[in-house]
Amino acid sequence: MNRTKGDEEEYWNSSKFKAFTFDDEDDELSQLKESKRAVNSLRDFVDDDDDDDDLERVSWSGEPVGSISWSIKETASNSGSNHEREQLKNRNSFSSYAQLPKPASTYSLSSFFRGRTRPGSFQSLSDALSDTSAKSYAPELGRPKGEYRDYSNDWSPSDTVRRLRKGKVCSLERFRSLQDKLQLLEEAVSMHDGNVITAVLIFLKRTLSKEILFRELEVRQVALRHLIHFLKEIGDQKLLLDLFRFLDRTEELALTHYREHLNIQDPEKRKEFLKTCIGLPFSAEDSAHIQDHYTLLERQIIIEANDRHLESAGQTEIFRKHPRKASILNMPLVTTLFYSCFYHYTEAEGTFSSPVNLKKTFKIPEKQYVLTALAARAKLRAWHDVDALFTTKILQEYVNLVEDVDTKLNLATKFKCHDVVIDTCRDLKDRQQLLVYRSKVDKGSAEEEKIDTILNSSQIRWKN
Amino acid sequence: MAFPHRPDAPELPDFSMLKRLARDQLIYLLEQQHEVDKLYKVENKPAFSSSEQLCFLVRPRIKNMRYIANLVNADKMAGRTRKYKVIFSPQKFYACEMVLEEEGIYGDVSCDEWAFSLLPLDVDLLSMELPEFFRDYFLEGDQCWINTVAQALHLLSTLYGPFPNCYGIGRCAKMSHELWRKLEEEEDGETKGRRPEIGHVFLLDRDVDFVTALCSQVVYEGLVDDTFRVKCGSVDFGPEVTSSDKSLKVLLNAEDKVFNEIRNEHFSNVFGFLSQKARNLQAQYDRRRGMDIKQMKNFVSQELKGLKQEHRLLSLHIGACESIMKKKTKQDFQELIKTEHALLEGFSIRESTNYIEEHIDRQVSPIESLRLMCLLSITENGLIPKDYRSLKTQYLQSYGPEHLLTFSNLRRAGLLTEQAPGDTLTAVESKVSKLVTDKAAGKITDAFSSLAKRSNFRAISKKLNLIPRVDGEYDLKVPRDMAYVFSGAYVPLSCRIIEQVLERQSWQGLDEVVRLLNCSELAFTDMTKEDKASSESLRLILVVFLGGCTFSEISALRFLGREKGYRFIFLTTAVTNSVRLMEAMSEVKA
Repeated sequence: MNRTKGDEEEYWNSSKFKAFTFDDEDDELSQLKESKRAVNSLRDFVDDDDDDDDLERVSWSGEPVGSISWSIKETASNSGSNHEREQLKNRNSFSSYAQLPKPASTYSLSSFFRGRTRPGSFQSLSDALSDTSAKSYAPELGRPKGEYRDYSNDWSPSDTVRRLRKGKVCSLERFRSLQDKLQLLEEAVSMHDGNVITAVLIFLKRTLSKEILFRELEVRQVALRHLIHFLKEIGDQKLLLDLFRFLDRTEELALTHYREHLNIQDPEKRKEFLKTCIGLPFSAEDSAHIQDHYTLLERQIIIEANDRHLESAGQTEIFRKHPRKASILNMPLVTTLFYSCFYHYTEAEGTFSSPVNLKKTFKIPEKQYVLTALAARAKLRAWHDVDALFTTKILQEYVNLVEDVDTKLNLATKFKCHDVVIDTCRDLKDRQQLLVYRSKVDKGSAEEEKIDTILNSSQIRWKN
Repeated sequence: MAFPHRPDAPELPDFSMLKRLARDQLIYLLEQQHEVDKLYKVENKPAFSSSEQLCFLVRPRIKNMRYIANLVNADKMAGRTRKYKVIFSPQKFYACEMVLEEEGIYGDVSCDEWAFSLLPLDVDLLSMELPEFFRDYFLEGDQCWINTVAQALHLLSTLYGPFPNCYGIGRCAKMSHELWRKLEEEEDGETKGRRPEIGHVFLLDRDVDFVTALCSQVVYEGLVDDTFRVKCGSVDFGPEVTSSDKSLKVLLNAEDKVFNEIRNEHFSNVFGFLSQKARNLQAQYDRRRGMDIKQMKNFVSQELKGLKQEHRLLSLHIGACESIMKKKTKQDFQELIKTEHALLEGFSIRESTNYIEEHIDRQVSPIESLRLMCLLSITENGLIPKDYRSLKTQYLQSYGPEHLLTFSNLRRAGLLTEQAPGDTLTAVESKVSKLVTDKAAGKITDAFSSLAKRSNFRAISKKLNLIPRVDGEYDLKVPRDMAYVFSGAYVPLSCRIIEQVLERQSWQGLDEVVRLLNCSELAFTDMTKEDKASSESLRLILVVFLGGCTFSEISALRFLGREKGYRFIFLTTAVTNSVRLMEAMSEVKA
């Protein structure tokens, strides 16, 4: 998605980056190559016959690990094993008893968690063990004594949480007063098991008004975080936004709303959505980023429509010679700039697709601009442009080194090193000369803007 | 190479039991179905299977439930009836069942659990294979996996005897330990009377030490992970490594004799070792010249197989080294390492910042840029606001504006923050504190500090002497301390803490460090008077990394073990590295 395709990488690496060494490169590398040769030369002798895939089978226990396949593959070979399985089987034998009628209350949380009643459907072990209505059938199956009392209906919060922790079914319906509910929640939190905390929260969410729920969670941060994560995971955007609004977490509110744009594929719709994000209570800094995001996509849509047309018309040389590899939609700004330097380098500043326009609109720093333009023009082998970019940059540096101010100003004016001229005038506090220079630079250019900023600055005490 | 363990070092426990248990349970679950013939990966696509029954083996995630629901509902619409079974591993979550009910398929599918939470990746490494643990807990604050950790500890203590000495640091460590204790109480008796095999257990939260996990790895195993991504203990070596046209899946563990000797070595030693090895191999092959028939017969029947095996392994690892060298040369690794070291030591901050900026401007990998920014932030206690703003702006321009969300995540997790002038309490914190009673207020401040806190890295580094003073060159061939895993520049913080606590058998004298780590209430020791613990078992240490550990940390502790006569075994929620940490925090397009 970024422009880091092979070519660019190569360019940067070859031009700028030194080779890496850990220590003593030449030695190591040649040593390594030598070893490789040595090993390869043995190949003829070795690779004569069998087992090319030997390596795949080597493991510390002599069998591949880490995948389910080993477990299943071994079903056949694993005959005598063992006790544990026998036990499991025995325990399972009473699952057949467990297809039992549903209890009367159909509106209980327990129904979330209980075994199903459809005849013939599979019944899981834990369901079988814990179905409350199994009460009258179960005892003769030899259930451990300690579990009998679990089949009562009024477990304390701690009993309830313990059962939930064990993955057993248990009704939360008896926790009706707010106090009981909160006690249950606190018990769950004190056990640290997130699964149980969430289970209780699901119950609270269903049985409390959201104002009360939110109010109580605001002072119970652990539970609150679980609810937030749960809402994110199930995608209940509306309740999540309500929650943030209630908590006065404005930034999270804004970010959560903004996040939705990732799910919108259609560029127009995405753009419209981003527009609704602009007024949201982001930090000042992020507000600017959101605005930029919207503007960028807006531009990209225009450029994309235009270029697709140009490309399919087949009249434009650059598109014929270098067909586009991908759409520019939803690409980062720098990639867009690269694209624009590649396909629209010479365009007048007034067009949306011109690099200068992008630079100005998004306040791209000079350094980033030059870097990207260089990469794009070099890729096209447009060496004149590369030269020009370099010349300005290098000249600027040299001109800046000239000590005599008048000479410097003359040279800078002659070679159009705008920044040097402007900075020198500013340093000289020479308002008049700056005004004169303003008339020489392009209308609406970055230079003009820079001059205006300086002219309007109250920090400078002009000498004229 | 491959320093031998001291003769009195304890034996490692036998992990094959864990595999047996997990396997048997899965077989039992699958046997309830008939003729499971094929396994499909769960992805949001229609299932092209004509089977009468479908069985899903999944992590308990809501996303997976939706997928299953789509499939079942599509079948229903088409008037097709099948049996469906969902096997949750390691356990079923209530939220998942809720989704099944909401989607109207509760009752159409049956559910089971496969309590498989410990995958032995190597003789000393157990992984829970829960990479999502990191984001779920350290970003979202969801404690759903704490029970899994507690269950895993419980299983280990059932198999290998009680743990006489436990230490831990971090909120998650503390909670996991408490819940595990609870389980032990509830299922009293199972471990009673057994002799402990594992003398010490150390639990550590990843957020106690983000720095180590963010560094580029330079020991061989870590470098292989950073370069090729080790998955479940195996790696896919592409054609550039195998010097053939096919890729090869290779298991990386102690069984690979060549790998086992170089895995913990600094990369700069690996070349020398491999070429020596190649020469030896050549010599052994050469011996066949001048053999008579009988000797030749012996050679072929007894040695050849081993030599061929070694030859294959050798050429693979040489190939891997070459490929690593090529990649690292291209990304100017030396310069990168230099910057990282400067950040760790806290000098040339301006230059490092410029280096990062250049990375971003050139659109070098987004993950890499993010990692460096995080490293800068944590070592400097946050970025100064001006730098934060400018780097963030440039990042968004280079890699896409939607990374605004990534920055928000990183800030919440405390990985990338802006230095706040003065007050450390955020507006939200103070607002909340005002709203509640004193008792709860303490809890809340705690809760906040666990997610985003000052790193104090510089002070901690000084206290624990993490940057070794070196006179002259650090000899990487003969490491003198754990710093060798980062070229002698830095002792991994996590490993240093473990070393210090083991030495003292408590947190005594580490109060200041603990305070700087924001863990004053979260460092604990739990000793049971256990006379039965043999001196051997007391040198066997289980280190539990909550949120993931890196191969560099494993190498460093293996080194420490050899020095002190300990053996370490590692339990991690997943093997991680800087890339995985950053990816877990990235908000990418759906």
